[in-house]
Amino acid sequence: MSATAKSDSFRVEPVPVRLEGCSKTFGNGARALEPLDLTIRGGETMVFLGPSGCGKTTTLRLIAGLESPDPGGRVFFGDEDVTRLPIERRNVGMVFQSYALFPNMNVAQNVAYGLRVRSVERRQRDRRVDEMLAMMQMADLAGRRIDQLSGGQRQRVALARALVVRPRVLLLDEPLTALDAKLRDGLRLEIDRLLRGLGITAVYVTHDQGEAMALGDRITVMARGRVAQIGTPQDIYFRPADAFVAEFIGTMNRLPARVDDGILQIGSLQLPWQGPAGTTTVLIRPEDVRLQDDDGVLTGMVSVAVFLGDRTRVVVDVADGSSIIVDAPGRTSVARGDTVRLGFDPARLLSLPDRS
Amino acid sequence: MPSILPARRTLLAVALLAPAAAVFGAFFLLPLARLFALGGGGAEGWGAYAAILVEPRYFESLIQTVLLSAGVTAVTLAISCVSGLFLVRNRFPGRSLLVAVLTFPLVFPGVVIGFMVIMLAGRQGLIGTVTEGLFGSRLVFAYSMAGLFLGYVYFSVPRVILTVMAAAEKLDPQLAEAARSLGASPWQVTAHVVLPALKPAFLSAGAICFATAMGAFGTAFTLATRIDVLPMLIYTEFTLQANIAMAAALSFVLGAVTWAVLALARSFAGSSVAAAG
Ligand SMILES: Nc1ncnc2c1ncn2[C@@H]1O[C@H](COP(=O)(O)OP(=O)(O)OP(=O)(O)O)[C@@H](O)[C@H]1O
Ligand SMILES: [Mg+2]
Repeated sequence: MSATAKSDSFRVEPVPVRLEGCSKTFGNGARALEPLDLTIRGGETMVFLGPSGCGKTTTLRLIAGLESPDPGGRVFFGDEDVTRLPIERRNVGMVFQSYALFPNMNVAQNVAYGLRVRSVERRQRDRRVDEMLAMMQMADLAGRRIDQLSGGQRQRVALARALVVRPRVLLLDEPLTALDAKLRDGLRLEIDRLLRGLGITAVYVTHDQGEAMALGDRITVMARGRVAQIGTPQDIYFRPADAFVAEFIGTMNRLPARVDDGILQIGSLQLPWQGPAGTTTVLIRPEDVRLQDDDGVLTGMVSVAVFLGDRTRVVVDVADGSSIIVDAPGRTSVARGDTVRLGFDPARLLSLPDRS
Repeated sequence: MPSILPARRTLLAVALLAPAAAVFGAFFLLPLARLFALGGGGAEGWGAYAAILVEPRYFESLIQTVLLSAGVTAVTLAISCVSGLFLVRNRFPGRSLLVAVLTFPLVFPGVVIGFMVIMLAGRQGLIGTVTEGLFGSRLVFAYSMAGLFLGYVYFSVPRVILTVMAAAEKLDPQLAEAARSLGASPWQVTAHVVLPALKPAFLSAGAICFATAMGAFGTAFTLATRIDVLPMLIYTEFTLQANIAMAAALSFVLGAVTWAVLALARSFAGSSVAAAG
């Protein structure tokens, strides 16, 4: 069999997933999810990102069929309404943080399980398992017991087990959270390559924004059971929809400012401004703030300077008592106690509604 | 500081093990050896052991006791597995009351359980009265193997159910979810994932259940009019016939057979684990 045919045998028809008015109230009356409309395009990797308890897992389980939405909510795979289908008939692949591998089966038996319950004939089953293990570079682990595997290997077995049945949608709930940092980066790259290569529709839950940025074609940022923003990683980072998103993703500075007579005043900077008079808050990313010798908009004293190689992260205490984080080039030489001036391009300022 | 020398470490291990070894020797090995010797010290000498295999009275009792205990273990495990899993998976009003009722027999000694079997299936028992009313003849089985079986199961179920429930509650629910996502029906999930995961609990609970049934005396004593299970036989030999050697030989064999059956079951289960894994 040729190499292309091998990888093609795992290619799947990309299926879009649509949630319509899906809310979720648990038995104890707690509303975990407000009514949600969401479309995940066929073949895209959608990341659910948000703080703990915001409803990421709940949404994933609604798609999986492990939970059913409150009356009125509907789940579609393509044009098919799967709301009433139990998980075992939805043909989804699931990968859990805890791996959830069957301890009474070895690696090959774990991977073969989905084919076994589908009564795939023995020879074909063995062939597909072998191909899958080869694709995940685990052919030599086929006979291992699960407790003889490292965390990273376990999660690769879990991925193989989920993918071998060619699921319509792959659902991953914090698959890397249990791994240590170095392993996490490696496996993240591997998952990225896998998802792109297979062209499968995937939903990936994480509370790690680095992971979200790296893996997501689009990111759904969630907060307290609601969607705060849906967009590409660039959208989310550069054009956050509200203050929550802006501050949850990356690092964000809050600059104290005053608006008087249509003029915004930050330190020595004055800008024409629409909006109510009074104190307000504008936001700016650390990499958009410059340290400079002359003029500048604000003056302050360096309280921390950390050399990070490619950049130096400087924390500057300004007059009104707030601190501003600046990402300066690596070669910047400032020390604690230095007085510095801060400047920035007014176009980089963000002023966002404080929704809550 | 250098680590402890190997020789000194061995010495330390021996020293630490000594108290346990002493207790084991004094309260287990010595009496056991004495029991074994006693069995061969009667009028027939070591023939007492041979008699257990040759004389139908003894041999039948031994076989009956083993079969009864194995049957009780199987039925108890089946009942406890179904109800234990049901109780762990479902939350409903009155659930904790039901658990309390199911485990209530824990407080009774075997004698009382035997008494309860008589009240249920004895000559004046509930079942007898009902069947007489319905069919005109009394159904009485308290004094037979069936009565003993019922009593033993009743006695064992609470213990086993608690073990099964404890193990089932510790089971990672995502194992079952993963199996379902792969297309497994609820039955397949139970057969392929849940039961294998509960196997160690079944083994230990089953072993205790079997050993208890082999040696149970109270229930048998209360009920036994027509059956001679091994502990009853030992009692009869000892107190009524004053055949101390025979009683000792039977006791020793009771212990040895129980131990052998448990070892066999364990190695069988162990090899099936190895075959699957
Ligand atoms: N089975 C349940 N019964 C009751 N409440 C639940 C249940 N599962 C989740 N919740 C609640 O629903 C809310 C959302 O939970 P969910 O698990 O979706 O959060 P999450 O975003 O995945 O968080 P995390 O990052 O911590 O995993 C939480 O407040 C949680 O307490
Ligand atoms: Mg979660």
